[in-house]
Amino acid sequence: MNVVGQLAPLAFGLAVIGSGIGVGIIVGKTIESVARQPELQGRLQGLMFLGIALTEALCFIAIAVAFIPFPAP
Amino acid sequence: MNRILIIRMIIVVLLVLLFWVGTRDLKIVPKRAQVAFEFITGFVRNSIIIDTLGEKNGRRFMPLLFTIFFLTLGLNITGVIPGLQIASTGLIGMPIIMAVVAYVVFVYAGLKQHGLKYFKNQLILPGVPLLLVPFLALLEFLSTFILRPITLTLRLTMNMVAGHMLLALCFLATQFFFVTVLFNQGNVIGILGIGTFAFGIAFTLLEIFVAALQAYVFTILTAIYIQFSLADEH
Repeated sequence: MNVVGQLAPLAFGLAVIGSGIGVGIIVGKTIESVARQPELQGRLQGLMFLGIALTEALCFIAIAVAFIPFPAP
Repeated sequence: MNRILIIRMIIVVLLVLLFWVGTRDLKIVPKRAQVAFEFITGFVRNSIIIDTLGEKNGRRFMPLLFTIFFLTLGLNITGVIPGLQIASTGLIGMPIIMAVVAYVVFVYAGLKQHGLKYFKNQLILPGVPLLLVPFLALLEFLSTFILRPITLTLRLTMNMVAGHMLLALCFLATQFFFVTVLFNQGNVIGILGIGTFAFGIAFTLLEIFVAALQAYVFTILTAIYIQFSLADEH
């Protein structure tokens, strides 16, 4: 059986597992902290978006893989 | 002159006009337009720049960071403006230039502050066993001087590319369901177009949020990198 296609979407899917878990943890912890100390909400939101951006970078690297021109076998 | 370049020209001219008109006659008792203008510039000034870099260094790097923020915001937001419909930061050229500028600036800031000790500060962490120092220095070198500009570039570009593809997918599917399936073939399943259209609208709203968020993130990361370079101890 021959399977023809691109592996890049698979790589993206695998990378997104990690980033998804990471973003979930960040947002969950931020909600926890805001529930504990509502007066810090503004600062925590900034930090949350920063953390999300840093975590997301990994899955954006995975998207970029699709654009690398690998030679055909 | 292609579409991307025209969009860039339009946005740059608009930004220049905005800042020229916005700062031309500032009143002590502001009107509504001035309040809005001062709200957004004040946000960038206080919660991005001054909070990260402090008063003195914040003023030093303020023109650069302001330029980065508003240029990124303007170029990102073109992704959802009807008629333009493509974020010109979605092509890798623009983010690469901005990331290189940020890279040069944070290395320059560190070198100016510490001289050649800057590299030692960045690479060698205090309190590490002597055996581990080379490996950690290598890791630090990779993450500081190679991965930082790459992730800055890719984060912005790929956000815009992915957003553009999502929007294109949703609206092309709407077109396909309504025109091809419902009207040409007379198939009732074309009603699904309502769903894809709703998703298109939702993703448009998400894209507006992402455009602002990416501008914020790019600026604050540049500011934080500069702050890391200026800091005394690692």
